[in-house]
Amino acid sequence: MMAFKLAWRQLRSQWAAGEVRVLIIALVLAVTATTSVGFFTDRIQSSLQTQGNILLGADLVVSADHVPNQKYQAEANSRQFKAIQTQEFPSMVMHGDLSQLAEIKAVEAGFPLRGDLTISQQLHGASHVARDVPKSGTVWIEPRLATQLNLQVGDSIDVGESTLKVDAILQREASRGGDMFSIAPRLMMNAKDVQATKLIQFGSRVKYQLLVAGDRQSILDFSAWLKPQLARGERIADIASARPEMKSALEKAQQFLGLSSMVGVILAMVAMFLASLPYVQKSLDTYALMRCFGASKQLIVRILLWQTTMLALLGSLIGCLLGYFAQLGLAELAGTLFLETLPAPGVAPALVGLLSGFATMLAVVWPHLLRLRDVPALRILRRDLGDQAKTSWLSFTPALAVLPGLVLWHAGNLKLGAAALLGLLVLILLTSLIALYAGRLLSRLPSGSVGAWKLGLAGLKRRPLMATAQAVGISLGLMALILLALVRGDLLQNWQSSLPADAPNRFVINIQPAQVAGIHDFFAKAAISNASVFPMVKGRLIAINQQALDTKQYQDERARRLAEREFNLSWAADMQSDNLLVSGRWWQANEHGKPMLSLEQGLAESLHLKVGDILTYDIAGNKLDLVVSSLRKVEWDSMRANFFAVTPPSVLESFDASYITSFHLPVGKEDTLNQLLRSFPNLTVIDVAALMEQVRGIMGKMTYAIEYVFGFSVLAGLAVLYAALVATREERVREATLLRVLGASRRQVTLAILAEFFCIGLIAALVASLAANAVAYYVSVHLLSIPYHLNLLLTLSALLLSVVLVPFAAWIGTRSFLNQAPRALLQSI
Amino acid sequence: MQKPFAVEAVELAKHVISSEQKLAILADLKLEVPHGERLAIVGSSGSGKSTLLSLLAGLDTPSGGKVLINGENISSLDEDGRAAVRAKYMGFVFQSFQLLPALTALENVMLPLQLSGNRNAESLALAALEKVGLSKRLSHYPKQLSGGEQQRVAIARAFAPQPAILFADEPTGNLDAVTGQHIIELLFTLNAEAGTTLVLVTHDMALARRCQRIVRLQEGKLQDAVQELLQHDGV
Repeated sequence: MMAFKLAWRQLRSQWAAGEVRVLIIALVLAVTATTSVGFFTDRIQSSLQTQGNILLGADLVVSADHVPNQKYQAEANSRQFKAIQTQEFPSMVMHGDLSQLAEIKAVEAGFPLRGDLTISQQLHGASHVARDVPKSGTVWIEPRLATQLNLQVGDSIDVGESTLKVDAILQREASRGGDMFSIAPRLMMNAKDVQATKLIQFGSRVKYQLLVAGDRQSILDFSAWLKPQLARGERIADIASARPEMKSALEKAQQFLGLSSMVGVILAMVAMFLASLPYVQKSLDTYALMRCFGASKQLIVRILLWQTTMLALLGSLIGCLLGYFAQLGLAELAGTLFLETLPAPGVAPALVGLLSGFATMLAVVWPHLLRLRDVPALRILRRDLGDQAKTSWLSFTPALAVLPGLVLWHAGNLKLGAAALLGLLVLILLTSLIALYAGRLLSRLPSGSVGAWKLGLAGLKRRPLMATAQAVGISLGLMALILLALVRGDLLQNWQSSLPADAPNRFVINIQPAQVAGIHDFFAKAAISNASVFPMVKGRLIAINQQALDTKQYQDERARRLAEREFNLSWAADMQSDNLLVSGRWWQANEHGKPMLSLEQGLAESLHLKVGDILTYDIAGNKLDLVVSSLRKVEWDSMRANFFAVTPPSVLESFDASYITSFHLPVGKEDTLNQLLRSFPNLTVIDVAALMEQVRGIMGKMTYAIEYVFGFSVLAGLAVLYAALVATREERVREATLLRVLGASRRQVTLAILAEFFCIGLIAALVASLAANAVAYYVSVHLLSIPYHLNLLLTLSALLLSVVLVPFAAWIGTRSFLNQAPRALLQSI
Repeated sequence: MQKPFAVEAVELAKHVISSEQKLAILADLKLEVPHGERLAIVGSSGSGKSTLLSLLAGLDTPSGGKVLINGENISSLDEDGRAAVRAKYMGFVFQSFQLLPALTALENVMLPLQLSGNRNAESLALAALEKVGLSKRLSHYPKQLSGGEQQRVAIARAFAPQPAILFADEPTGNLDAVTGQHIIELLFTLNAEAGTTLVLVTHDMALARRCQRIVRLQEGKLQDAVQELLQHDGV
């Protein structure tokens, strides 16, 4: 209890005297960065989960190519879940003389279990949320189908052998989704009417779904029960597959947020370490006196432990609180990412924040505080004793153990964490080497002619360890800031360029070879540019390297589906400009006609394919061997038409092909689209404008979020710089005072300080710029898959600011002392 | 049981290694301080007065010989053992006051009391500060006090735990003559009231004369300082 009282009393006094302020600020920043990003990511992930469920129409969906085993639904019912079934199949539907392929969905009452359906009575009239599903004998149709079949509400439509009444226009179906190129317009009907249509026969391609909804934990239990029971052709649809086009943007944003919070934590740890140096130095006399008055080592350890605990608790609590408020702002900026507001944050990030606060304090500060245990009582009479920082390398061990853990955990990605750690290590080694070497070089300077400049530089050799620690601290702070600024710039630029204002917002599929020239003419007349037309040939992968394809070999569900489905093979002489060749090479003009194949990198990875593999496709009954000659990276979120598999020209031309094009249709020019459909009635137009707006909206909001978190990192970086400057202030003031007593003018002393910090700032900025650019290159190119730009302006600005601002800040920090009479200072130091 | 001497040094030696040479600061030194005695140790600058004080108070360890406090050999104790002896028997007044800047006057005086586990730390500290005339400066920090006031706080801190032995190292060294005189009066008055054994290190003969016995440290050994007294008195 005595230790606690003493610790409390001292801490309170030290707080009042401002001695623990930097330490606390650094800790608060670390915890704030951790918790705010943690809270925010937690909410985003919860939102993704909820939104994913809405996109699925349920909490869990079992998809099958046959009627799912009845026991699944029985089990779901026995667990008190809501459970319904749906069937989806393509079929021609007719109205009068007009016919159109439709994607029919037959639903039971209660559909969808999550999310809703929006319907209207007019094609372009006011819409409202449907309370029920289509009544028996009626259907709801998408506007596209209504236009193509010239249908209005109240008209009849032939579906198989039944004639059903159009009861509403289906404006929005949240759980729609899937592969946009194979989407035919939707017709939704009541499941009770399916049998009468006689559309489902033996061998029909029907997608059956069992939709289940319940509370989250029960659903997870049910999922665990279900997984081992699934038969071939049955799978549990997951959220990740719901909206792939948004996943990429969100993943990059989350990676950046992870990077920011990681950088924030590194910076805060460095700031805490630097802040602990003057704190320990100032505490030496206190503990020497306590030893003199009879305090045992054990008591001192207990006092220090209490103080560490109190500091950690105080800093962590304030940090958690600030983190919570900070993420409120963050969430406000991100707003409604999809359809709804973000769910409330959980308590986990707060616990994690507290835990990381304690871990950081114990790992970084505690080992250095422990030096105070060994301060000799004799220091009371001989001030030189215990003064030298006998910092054993062992005292860095806890920090070196905790730092990688925290970094990897925040990065959420082994490669990112490892790259950051490697960057840090190189930076620390390089800065230390240069700072020490600079000190050694200066020690060779002749000791005569003590100009102010030389006096300042001599500071480096008088305090080689402190100068090195300062240079490393400032370098780390700068590197983090430059790194984040570089990556942020690349990421935002990449997003802006990936979805420019004139990005394609309409896809047209089903173009027949004979129509291609006419389509080109039409676009030319309508002044629609950038509308490339790509051929597509459907083929099924049947063998790899002459071994018949066995899709069971793929553990990954997605890989199995990719292998099982039909490929859209295309051909092109040149690679699309938004693709990036990652291995192999693109074909030359003289290689056209050769059986070469360029694959999308992600697909190749999923199916374990590499350059040189021979793939055998079955195209309309004919076998075709193609050799993988290159792998490409494709930006799927660019919304342009892209292909998993591309061959050179003159390879696929002999097969039946259809063509696809995408183009940008400005708002208000919908008439052009109607003209196109009137000229080529067989075409199917897919409108992705709304989807693109959604993606653009998400990117815009994530941009704000990124700027916001970047702001935190800037604060953390400034805290490091401040801590680095404060670290040697006492000693510097003592020296400056002595110099002034010996007759140095204020100007000379000021110049000496400026010169010393100019060197430190220069060394720090040089190494930081190099390291930041190296890590930024790796992060951008290899982790975020965005192009890296050498931002010379930013790098030079950082360099310039560092050599100007670091000495300036040091001068500001000591200026008030320089203005005092030496006598006053001698008494106070 | 009380031993005959409060402080006793037997064949005490201290040497340091400097430039591969052994430099003896104290050699074969013998000292006996009976309970309640006021002893002044004088000597020129660099004679080793402070080194002797640090050895007697257990702040440092001797190269040879031993120090006994109330008959207990503290030279054989480890750092914590010596700290416990200091907490039990000793008080200190230093030339540079040695107040903790982060603690108020009251908290500074309470510190040794708290360290020895005294439950009445606050009331004893208040009483001690009142005795030195600083009852109105309780919540002031050292930097808000004058040099003389700071030394009064240090004296209050030294006497508050009612130590058996008080070690004072040049207590007026950082003060002007008038303030120094006030401090001396205060120190000796309190010492007389408490009957504390006083070991005073100083080069100020006027101060040394207030003690019952004066010893001179010269070339690492102690000798009675009658000659100095005579010179000081102009005889």
